[in-house]
Amino acid sequence: MPDMDTITPLRPATGAQLLAGLRGLLMPHRLIMLALALTGLAAMVTQMDWSWLPAYLPRLWGGLLTTLWMLAGSVILGFALALPLGVVQVIGPRPLRWLASGFCTVVRGTPLLLQLWLLYYGLGSLFAAYPVIRETWAWPYLREAWPYGLLALTISFAAYEGEVMRGAFAGVPNGELEAARAFGMSPRKVFFRVWLPRAVHRALPVLTGEIILQLKSTPLIATIAVADLYAIVTRVRQATLLTYEPLLLLAGIYLCLSAILTIALRWLEGRMPSGG
Amino acid sequence: MQDDPAIQIIDLHKSFGDAHVLRGVTLTARPGDVVAVIGGSGSGKSTMLRCINLLEQPSSGSIAIRGEEYRMRPGDGGLVPADPRQVQRIRAQLGMVFQNFNLWQHRTVLGNVTEVPVHVLGLPRAQAEARARAALERVGMADKADAWPAHLSGGQQQRAAIARVLAVDPLAMLLDEPTSALDPELVGEVLAVIRDLAAERRTMILVTHEMRFARDVASHVVYLRDGRIEEQGPPEQIFGDPRSPHLRQFLGNAA
Ligand SMILES: Nc1ncnc2c1ncn2[C@@H]1O[C@H](COP(=O)(O)OP(=O)(O)O)[C@@H](O)[C@H]1O
Ligand SMILES: [Mg+2]
Repeated sequence: MPDMDTITPLRPATGAQLLAGLRGLLMPHRLIMLALALTGLAAMVTQMDWSWLPAYLPRLWGGLLTTLWMLAGSVILGFALALPLGVVQVIGPRPLRWLASGFCTVVRGTPLLLQLWLLYYGLGSLFAAYPVIRETWAWPYLREAWPYGLLALTISFAAYEGEVMRGAFAGVPNGELEAARAFGMSPRKVFFRVWLPRAVHRALPVLTGEIILQLKSTPLIATIAVADLYAIVTRVRQATLLTYEPLLLLAGIYLCLSAILTIALRWLEGRMPSGG
Repeated sequence: MQDDPAIQIIDLHKSFGDAHVLRGVTLTARPGDVVAVIGGSGSGKSTMLRCINLLEQPSSGSIAIRGEEYRMRPGDGGLVPADPRQVQRIRAQLGMVFQNFNLWQHRTVLGNVTEVPVHVLGLPRAQAEARARAALERVGMADKADAWPAHLSGGQQQRAAIARVLAVDPLAMLLDEPTSALDPELVGEVLAVIRDLAAERRTMILVTHEMRFARDVASHVVYLRDGRIEEQGPPEQIFGDPRSPHLRQFLGNAA
């Protein structure tokens, strides 16, 4: 074990970190990138046709909200599913272990687009065929497209993160679990107080990357007519006969979202040093 | 109750498969005793210590903490706890210090030290925190309460781990080679803390390779060899006038 007596404490470092960050921005390659970006932006503003933008702003806003809802919903639900998927693969009885690992393998091994269509056209039309279902409270929802989009995104996120959580659970040092037991924690407490939070803590750096990937998967739901950001932009393109402007706007928005997510999640990670 | 031994082990056997690791260990620690356990590597010191809080399940024999014997039933090729609740209750009164510290890395130092008082003993948070801060003060870690374990040196981590034990105010402490994983220059700070606790007459069973330290702080020394107690007695006798040739050789090599 290296002697880390001298490591700077977290809090007083923020000022110095800010400076270091600024200095980081002034590296030559960063400066060139910045110049290119500014030139590009100037060209976009002066050379291109943005006259349609004000009229479509409300709809774009709606699309953005849909995208964010789908992302948040599928990440939260998917992660909630990933926890049992991960645990079961580490300590579950064999049949459950196989079931969970089979689920993860199949979902990760097939295109999300295919899953989405199977759910929407397959399950959707199956539901419609049964009058019993058409009379339940759920029918008004099941007639819509977004529940199938949310379901497909959730399943996909659950499968990928189930795999991540399997590794995270398995990698929690046994000594820490043993310490919890030695202090008289019940198996339940050992799980909820140490094993689970410790595994999530381990998985956090991977999860942040996966959330960005998930954001970039959301446009697929436009193919089943969910009015997310991508779907709205497609409609703009059809209505205005413009190609590049709406797509550039779309790219810009996704880039901003990714950046915001990255910064927020980094901040969260920074509050907990990874203990390996 | 008050006169009961803090820890009493009677004819403890433990096998891992074919390996008969503990071969009838009988040992008593009275309140205030500091029992140092010495012996070569693989002699069964850790296994014995881990049987006391049932991290290992004995193959046969009995263990009682302050007069309360673990209720065990046959099973799994040895003995298994008949009443997991009893085991948890007794464990909460035994603080264990591990060779590798085993601090919970997702909690700050203070979080580690308040964890057991709050979530096992059920103390109100304010009271638990007061206890935790007092314990950190004792081991000289008050200024590191908000630090993450990963940012501490080995010596600091081990002192935090000792504070984690002190915060539960245990009936007895079990220490398994608390300085063996430390860089030489960090051993002293941890030994100093343990020395203080021993001087306070806190009951402890201390597995150690630090012979001079054992001689200084122990009230009783146990020499374990091949799963048996080959010799035991007050430190002056064990270190000054060892009878067993093996012990003599062991001490000769260790010095
Ligand atoms: N979980 C285990 N499974 C199998 N053998 C073990 C296990 N734990 C310890 N042993 C064996 O028991 C013997 C005693 O180990 P231990 O109590 O750790 O010795 P010490 O702490 O005195 O060095 C060793 O030979 C070791 O290999
Ligand atoms: Mg050992």
